[in-house]
Formats: sequence, C-alpha cells, structure tokens
Amino acid sequence: MRTIRALSAALLTLGLAAAPAAADPWPSASRDGGAAPRQAGTSFRTATEIEQGQRATASGSTGDYLYWSFPADTGQRPTVRATVKLPDTHAAQTWQIDVYDGLRRRQACQYGAQTRAAAADTPSVELACVLRTVRAWSEPWANDPLPGTYYIRLTATGVPTSDLGLPVDAEVRADSRDIGGAAAVDGSLAEPLVPGIATKSEDQQENAAVLAGLQPQDGWASGRWSDRWVWTGMGGVLAALAGVAGYALTRGAGRPVRVPPSA
Amino acid sequence: MITRKRLAAGVCALLAALTAGLAFPAGAAAGEPTGQDAPKVDLVLDVSGSMRARDIDGQSRMAAAKQAFNEVLDATPEEVELGIRTLGADYPGDDRKTGCKDTAQLYPVGPLDRTEAKTAVATLSPTGWTPIGPALLKAADDLDGGNGSKRIVLISDGEDTCAPLDPCEVAREIAAKGIGLTIDTLGLVPTAKLSRQLSCIAEATGGTYTSVEHQDELTDRVNQLVDRAADPVVTPVPVKGAEECTEAPALESGLYTDREEFGQQRWYRVDVLPGQELRASVSVAADRAVNPGYGVLLRAVTVHGREIVRGEAAGDGRTDVISTGLRYPEPERDDADGGKPAAETVCLAVTHSFSPASGVKTTPGLPLELTVDVVDGPSQAGDVASFGLGRGWWLLGALILTGFLAGLVWGWLSRWRVAVWRTN
Repeated sequence: MRTIRALSAALLTLGLAAAPAAADPWPSASRDGGAAPRQAGTSFRTATEIEQGQRATASGSTGDYLYWSFPADTGQRPTVRATVKLPDTHAAQTWQIDVYDGLRRRQACQYGAQTRAAAADTPSVELACVLRTVRAWSEPWANDPLPGTYYIRLTATGVPTSDLGLPVDAEVRADSRDIGGAAAVDGSLAEPLVPGIATKSEDQQENAAVLAGLQPQDGWASGRWSDRWVWTGMGGVLAALAGVAGYALTRGAGRPVRVPPSA
Repeated sequence: MITRKRLAAGVCALLAALTAGLAFPAGAAAGEPTGQDAPKVDLVLDVSGSMRARDIDGQSRMAAAKQAFNEVLDATPEEVELGIRTLGADYPGDDRKTGCKDTAQLYPVGPLDRTEAKTAVATLSPTGWTPIGPALLKAADDLDGGNGSKRIVLISDGEDTCAPLDPCEVAREIAAKGIGLTIDTLGLVPTAKLSRQLSCIAEATGGTYTSVEHQDELTDRVNQLVDRAADPVVTPVPVKGAEECTEAPALESGLYTDREEFGQQRWYRVDVLPGQELRASVSVAADRAVNPGYGVLLRAVTVHGREIVRGEAAGDGRTDVISTGLRYPEPERDDADGGKPAAETVCLAVTHSFSPASGVKTTPGLPLELTVDVVDGPSQAGDVASFGLGRGWWLLGALILTGFLAGLVWGWLSRWRVAVWRTN
C-alpha cells in the first residue's frame, strides 16, 4: 500500500512539474473554465480557440488582424463583444469586428455596434455583434448560421499611418442566448461546420495541430430533442381531456334520466 | 479503515495518471513525430549607425535591443530553433555597394545555446547601412528546409537604404517561395515612412507590425512572436490550380494553398460520392496595396459546366483577406446496376476581384487558401419544424378545440345510437 501511495505521489509531482513546461502556452485544461487565452491568432488558420463565456485577452498592435474562434451549437444566438484599449495618444480610428462561420462566410450581425469610430485620444472602443440564431439545417444555397466553429476578426479598418503599430489591448467574449424550440428546424448536418473535420483521424496525436478542435461543453447537439416534443405532447393530452369533457357534456351527469333503472 | 486508505491511494493514483496524461503529450511535443519539424525563428536585428540614438527609456536603441534579446533568449521555448542575423553590423564606410551587402549570420538557426547566443549579441555595436532587402533574402535562406513553421522577426530603426531593391517586394517573393514563412516587423521609434515600409513588409507575408517606444514593449513583443512560432499550426499543402476544370488538380479533404494573379481564374476538382457533402472555403489574402472594393467568388460546377452552388463575398476598405465558402450535399442515388455508385466530380472555380493599387507589382499572385472537407451528407428536412412538431399557444388552443369538438360529436353520436337501439 505504501509503495503505491509513494509511487502515485511521485507521479503526481512529476506531472505537476512537467505541466508548466508544456509547449502549449494555454493548455487544453482551459476547458475547466480556468485559464482564458491571453493571445490571439493572426489568420483563420492560427485563430485562437476560446469557449463561450470565456473572456479572452490579447495584446497586439494597431493594424493587426486578430482572430479568435468559438463553437456555437443549434438553438444558440451568439453575441460577440469586444473591447479595445487604445494607447494614450492616437488619431481618430475606426475599429470593426467581423464574424465568420466555419466555412469562412461572413455572418451578418442582427444588431450591435459592429463598427465604431474612436475620436482622437479616446481610451477605448467597445464593439458588439449579435448573430442570427444557429439552426440545425439549412439549404446549401442559404447563408444561415449552422452549428460549428465561428471566427471573430477584430481589426482597425480605418487607421492613419502614424498610428500603425501602436500597442493596443483587446478583450473578446462570446456568449449566447438559448432560443430553444422556437428555432428548432427539421433536418440536421452529419457533422458540424468545423473546418478540417474530415481530416481528423481517430489515431491522430492529441497535440497535433488542427484547424479547430473545440466543441461546446456538452458536445454537439444531435438536433433530435427540442421543446416542441413537450408542446406537442402536452397539446395531445389537453386535446384528449377536452375530448372527454366534450363527450361528458353531451351525456349530462350520470345515466340519462329517461332510462329506467331496469333497462 | 483499510477501505478508506485504499480509496485514498486510488484517488491519488488516478489524479497522478490524469495529470501525467495531460502534461506529457504536450510536454513531449518537441521531438515527437507529429509530422512537423521544429519551428524556426530568425531574429534579424538592425545594427546600423542610427541605433546609437539614445531615445528608448534614456538608453540607446542598441542597448535596449540587447537587453530585450537577452530576455528573449532566456524565455525561448525549448523546441524552437532560433537564429540571429544582423544587418549593417560590419561595414562602417561610405561605399553604398559594399554597405548594402552587409548582413551576417550572428548565430545560426538551430538548437539554442543561450550563453553562446548572448555572448554573440553582446559583441554588437552600431555601425553601418540598413540593407533590409538583402538581409531578408539571406534570412529566408537561413530558415530553409524542414516543414515546421518559419518566422522572421525584423527589428529596425530606419528604412531601407538600399533602393531599388524594395524590401516589400522581397518579402512578397520570399512568401511566394516558401510555405509558412511569416515576417513580423518591429520599428524602433519609427518615422511615418518607416512605419509604412515595415507594415508593408509584414502585410506581404501575413505578419504583424509593431512600433516600439519602450524597452519592455520590445521584449514582450519579441517573446510573443517567438511563442507564436512555437504554437502548432496546420501547414497547408501547396497546389497549383488550372485554367480549366479538365486539367484541374484533384483534391481530397485538407488545407491547400495556391497563388492567384489579378484577373485569373483557378480550377480545382473534388470527387464526391453520393450521400456525401462537399464543404469548401477559400480565402484570398491581400498581401500588397490594393484598391478599395474587392470580392471573391467560389463556384461549384459540374463537369458539364452547370453551376451547382456558389459562395460569394465582397468588401471594401482595409482588409487582410476576403473569404467565402460553399456546401454541396451530393444527393443519394440508386444505381440501376447495383454496386457502388460512381463519385461525381465537382469542379471548384475561384476568382477574386482585387485590383492592384497603382505602382504595385502584380506578380507573384495573391496567396489563396483553400479548405476542402468531404463529410457525410446531412439528413434532409421534410418540414420546416423539427420532425414536423408544433409549438406555442395557438397549437394548444387548436388541439383543445379539436379535441372538444371531437368529444361532442362522439357523445352525440353515441346518444343517437342508444336512442335508435331503444326504439328498435
């Protein structure tokens, strides 16, 4: 018994010691809601993956294109918010967030200040984008949001040369409202719109580079369940009750009066 | 008591195993056969005469750079192969021709010996010209070989003094030659002209440009860039699209890269089995100055030239890429002959409508990135609502009303039947 415990303790220490030395600056342990990413990618390919509800920060330069990606599932209506802390002195700039889906198609914002102009020397800019509700299925010719990876691109669209390269701090966060059964459509995708999903093999190494690896916290929804089942079921029960009530109404209370007890 | 002890030990062992499992694969990333070589970084430092200026936190630019390098060398991740190249370090004279060849490898790209590298950095003193273009070319040679990610970090305090070789075009050509090479630039106390030049170099390769006024900014940024090089990234496969579908290269699921000139059309082919879904997305990067107003069009076309579906995007203003994508579920087919039905060849055509700003070279073409995924097809929708189910108060009302009416009718019917039976 003692040997086992000593051994496990040793292993534990070894594991803990090896963890910080890991190559990944923010290891996959961030799933536990722990460390939020402190950097951003600079292209679709290198986008930093964040989870919904995580507050990701990054330091960059004015003029950089900063990319993050997050997973969004059926029935969610994602909202992306970004705050950019600008340097103390700067000229007037325009900042913008764009959201792209897993096919790199630009997704429209229903509302929210997607683009905002910052007057000279403004300390910060806040941007927001409320996407449309993610549906389980849409026709291939449509551009509807589908479950899968979503990319956020944050950049200064209007910036004078004198301001290029000035340090800025960015903060993004993706949250979503659950729309539920109201958005439950028929049909479903076999695989979510996650780029590179077809090249992911079972035996692939855990730390091999992937285009997008994050899933929603409870995995991707199958799309079979929605509260429409409850509504429809309840409707059936109420209809049955109403039927019984209607029947009872025509019969009056108990036996018909004119029928003699001997009949 | 014994049970409890055993439980504790078990939990302990489990924890240890979990931690070890989490930690080891990541830690072992460096030398493991992940199919990728070690990431390489070449730091290119300007050691021209202007680096003597004392305007970074009261110390000279050179001193700030040296201190930053020391800190970066300490923090460099194990698996990164780091090298240092200088420009303008050796020739103090006035001959432009000689001055413009003055670039030397201070520390070769390879496994890092921190002490040795630091000693080499300590010997530097501000001397000569600023041959950025030639230094970038040499740095690209330093990084040659291997399929890991490659990054050049250029630190300069003055614009290139060796025209007509435009460092911007040099950067673009380097990017067109090598796959996965990025140039990040840092300007020390830059003028507007230097900012423009360095951000042009960065833009040409999808890198970033930072202006530096303080020493800690320099350290942080270089550290960040070196760390970024260490992040595992999917490397795209180079492919060459054709002028028409019949000669187009056949692609499978994966990530590809190509170059597309202004006004060109690129064709690729993908085989899709019935019941499978083709997903393709394309992004075209603006790696040089382009006119505002641009777009990209990705079309899926049958071999006979009929368009199946298209993805299009347009934009305007400052951008790094313009991208779009499409989805095409190949319908299930019942093959009359039995056996496996043949795959359909889908042609993908990419065009972009970028136009070069005046005075910008049009070759090499703009970098194009293509993602292809062939997955199982979706289950088609037979109704608008999920399984045709209903929802809402109107549904409940309608059902209740129908149920009630049905009950009434049933009740009347049965009363009528009883009455008829009694009469007979």
